[in-house]
Amino acid sequence: MDLVLIAQGLLNGLLFGGVYSLMAVGLTLIFGVMRVVNFAHGDMMVWGMYLAFLLATRLGLDPYAGFPLCAAALFALGFVVQRRLVNRIIDAPHEMQILLMLGIAVVLENGALVVFGPDPRRVKSFLALSTVWLGPLFVDVARLVTFLLAGVLTGLLYLFLFRTDLGRSMRAAADNPYGAAVIGTDVRRVYAVAFGIGAACVGAAGALVAPFYPFQPSVGLGASVTSFNIVIIGGMGSLPGAFLGGLLVAVAESLGAVFLSPSLKELVSFSLLILILLFRPAGLFGGKVA
Amino acid sequence: MEDGALSFLEVRGLSKRFGGLLAVERVDLTMADGDMLGLIGPNGAGKTTVFNLLSGFLAPDAGEIRFRERRLGGLKPHDICRLGLARTFQIVRPFARLSVLDNVKVAALARHPAMADALAAARAVLERVGLVDRASELASRLTLADRKRLELARALATEPTLLLLDEVMAGLNATEIDAMVRLIGAINSGGISVLLIEHNMRAVMSLSHRVIVLSFGEKIAEGTPRAVAADRRVIEAYLGDEYVHPAAH
Amino acid sequence: MRLWPLGLALVALAALPPFIGSYAVTLFTLIFFYAYLGQAWNILGGYAGQLSAGHAAFVGIGAYVTAVLSLRLGLTPWIGMFVGAAAAALLGAIIGYLGFRFGLRGFYFVLLTVAFAEVCRIIALNTEAVGGAVGLYITFTGNPAQFQFQNPRAYYYIALVLMTGATVAVWRLERSRLGAYLVAIREDEQAAEALGIDTFRCKLLASVLSAFLTGIGGAFYAFYQFSLQPNTLFGIPLSVEIIIRPIVGGAGTPLGPVLGSFILSPLAELSRSYFAATGWSGGHLIVYGSLLIAVVLFLPEGAAPFVARLARSWRMAR
Repeated sequence: MDLVLIAQGLLNGLLFGGVYSLMAVGLTLIFGVMRVVNFAHGDMMVWGMYLAFLLATRLGLDPYAGFPLCAAALFALGFVVQRRLVNRIIDAPHEMQILLMLGIAVVLENGALVVFGPDPRRVKSFLALSTVWLGPLFVDVARLVTFLLAGVLTGLLYLFLFRTDLGRSMRAAADNPYGAAVIGTDVRRVYAVAFGIGAACVGAAGALVAPFYPFQPSVGLGASVTSFNIVIIGGMGSLPGAFLGGLLVAVAESLGAVFLSPSLKELVSFSLLILILLFRPAGLFGGKVA
Repeated sequence: MEDGALSFLEVRGLSKRFGGLLAVERVDLTMADGDMLGLIGPNGAGKTTVFNLLSGFLAPDAGEIRFRERRLGGLKPHDICRLGLARTFQIVRPFARLSVLDNVKVAALARHPAMADALAAARAVLERVGLVDRASELASRLTLADRKRLELARALATEPTLLLLDEVMAGLNATEIDAMVRLIGAINSGGISVLLIEHNMRAVMSLSHRVIVLSFGEKIAEGTPRAVAADRRVIEAYLGDEYVHPAAH
Repeated sequence: MRLWPLGLALVALAALPPFIGSYAVTLFTLIFFYAYLGQAWNILGGYAGQLSAGHAAFVGIGAYVTAVLSLRLGLTPWIGMFVGAAAAALLGAIIGYLGFRFGLRGFYFVLLTVAFAEVCRIIALNTEAVGGAVGLYITFTGNPAQFQFQNPRAYYYIALVLMTGATVAVWRLERSRLGAYLVAIREDEQAAEALGIDTFRCKLLASVLSAFLTGIGGAFYAFYQFSLQPNTLFGIPLSVEIIIRPIVGGAGTPLGPVLGSFILSPLAELSRSYFAATGWSGGHLIVYGSLLIAVVLFLPEGAAPFVARLARSWRMAR
């Protein structure tokens, strides 16, 4: 096997992994704080992609400048979903939450289909075609910038959770909602903010991959499954697990693409999910189990 | 057991750890047919873990359980129930959206596969525990005292020879406790052996033929209620608990 | 519950076809068919409380096996559908065995069912022997021995029989020991286990039974549409179609899926043709998703208990 090819696959995977990490961090935050599984995660990402597309085509805003706006819009969406919908049934049986989230996923996916149509899109960026050579390996600058920005956002989230009052009360509400309520936290508002941040993460991830990842409304499901894979591998609710898991899965997929035909890539991803569900429900990095 | 035909329930060296914590350590326990045995101890002493081990919800790390000459190792909770060992849960778990009668009927089906027989058996059990006038009520509508009765009724409907009762009096008022004590006494007189976890000392002392005391997973005393109540280690365990873990659960 | 209104409704439906046009015949056929699929799902999802979001897998397997047996070996679908259903039941057994043996609950089980359905879809897409992405086409001969009929009213009656049969089966299940056990498992699995119920075996049975009936539905669908495409037969949208009717109508009740289908199938057809006319494909799924959200928030037990309460108060008022 060509070593350069493998090294290139490894590098591409690692760079793409930043996006995976950001998606997974969003999902794991929502789960860790509310014990809610966001089945609409991938569909929220799709909306992030299309918002980046709109900003680029209507306002001429480059995705690397416009991604905070996409994140903000998705924050609003997540906030409203939690505040207006999920909070109403937060104490109901688990099945109800699952059905609610499935309903939201169906609405978001088909909403994108109705508004933007089924054709694949791609967003132009000034970075799109520039590459840098590292010896025999080339680095796609767009991917590199995406990777760095994703890393910065994850770092900021970390600082937020551990260094700010709101972040601390979020972690308190995750550990013990009753106790947090007793000491005066508006738990429902904290929940809404947490869902908003989780959605903002995946929205930003969507905007950041849009320049080099052609998308259509139906990619949401695959993105959701990838996020679930990562989060279950990393341990449900674990932030470091989600971050490392994202890099790991991206590298694995990228190397897989070197060896496997593209049509099998999807198969591998779903088969991986089945195996992970069966054998590693607690996560490779030993996170908390639901 | 080799040295007698008395072994109704025979537990040897039962141990269970969670992570590094020893929840139950080398506990021995025997019961004869018809016994009423109290299992007491401070919070976190491992009483409920013993129940979970006996009823098959947890697998022991070491030790052996024999019930009526049969080893229970490796059996699932439903197998153990069918052998005649039934349990209740400390936090009652009624099927909330089913009627009281249907709750008990589900349990009675274990012994009476035909629906009509199961319903008749369920009614008889409800009669016995004094819930018959609530039969068509939704289980979620019951008061705590009645839910505790329902929990007991369901276990009874599986027609056990040994009944494990986990704090069936917790949260009840004095009148309700007296009624429950009479009920459990009657169940035992009817020929069902009872192993009782209870925090209400008056109840457990008046009901039990013998009492076993657990502390930090170990058996620290065993004997008649009177003897155990006078045991210094038991008093220390309880006082220590009061002072060392005032809020422990 | 009084049964005569239901009997009357059934007689009316049986007498209806000569008096209605072909569009209405198609509409009713779809109502019956989706009620049937919803009823099959109801056993596992409604009674046993194990949410499957991948029931399309069983439709697809039932359809493909029956069609391939017919096209390649000339086996009549009247027999082939049972082979197809058996294959679906086998998949139901595999998913159930893995899911329940490894103790997957709630959303973990949902994910498992979705993953299996998607794996089936991708395999069908990439298997040239079953037509790959193009799919399979059945030539219309109009031969009843090959499950093909000149008169569309034949499909109407077959679908009506399927719906009625499945509803009676579920009604009897509810009154059986297995039915009582499934409901107990749905309400509290550990408590059920403590009462002597072999929860693993019961859930597995529910999964196999549900998959078998769904597989029969798949065979019907293939020979009603004359064509099989992986994305249609194994896709998430079909799974959503299957789930939503019993949930809207009332999951875990014998009439829920039927009621749900009478509400939703006409709505789906109307919005599908409306949205298709406006070029908004996917519009009807937005309606579904919104309905699912609304039902969860405002009518969590579905319409059936609500309708039953209305009927009771109406009788009392008289």
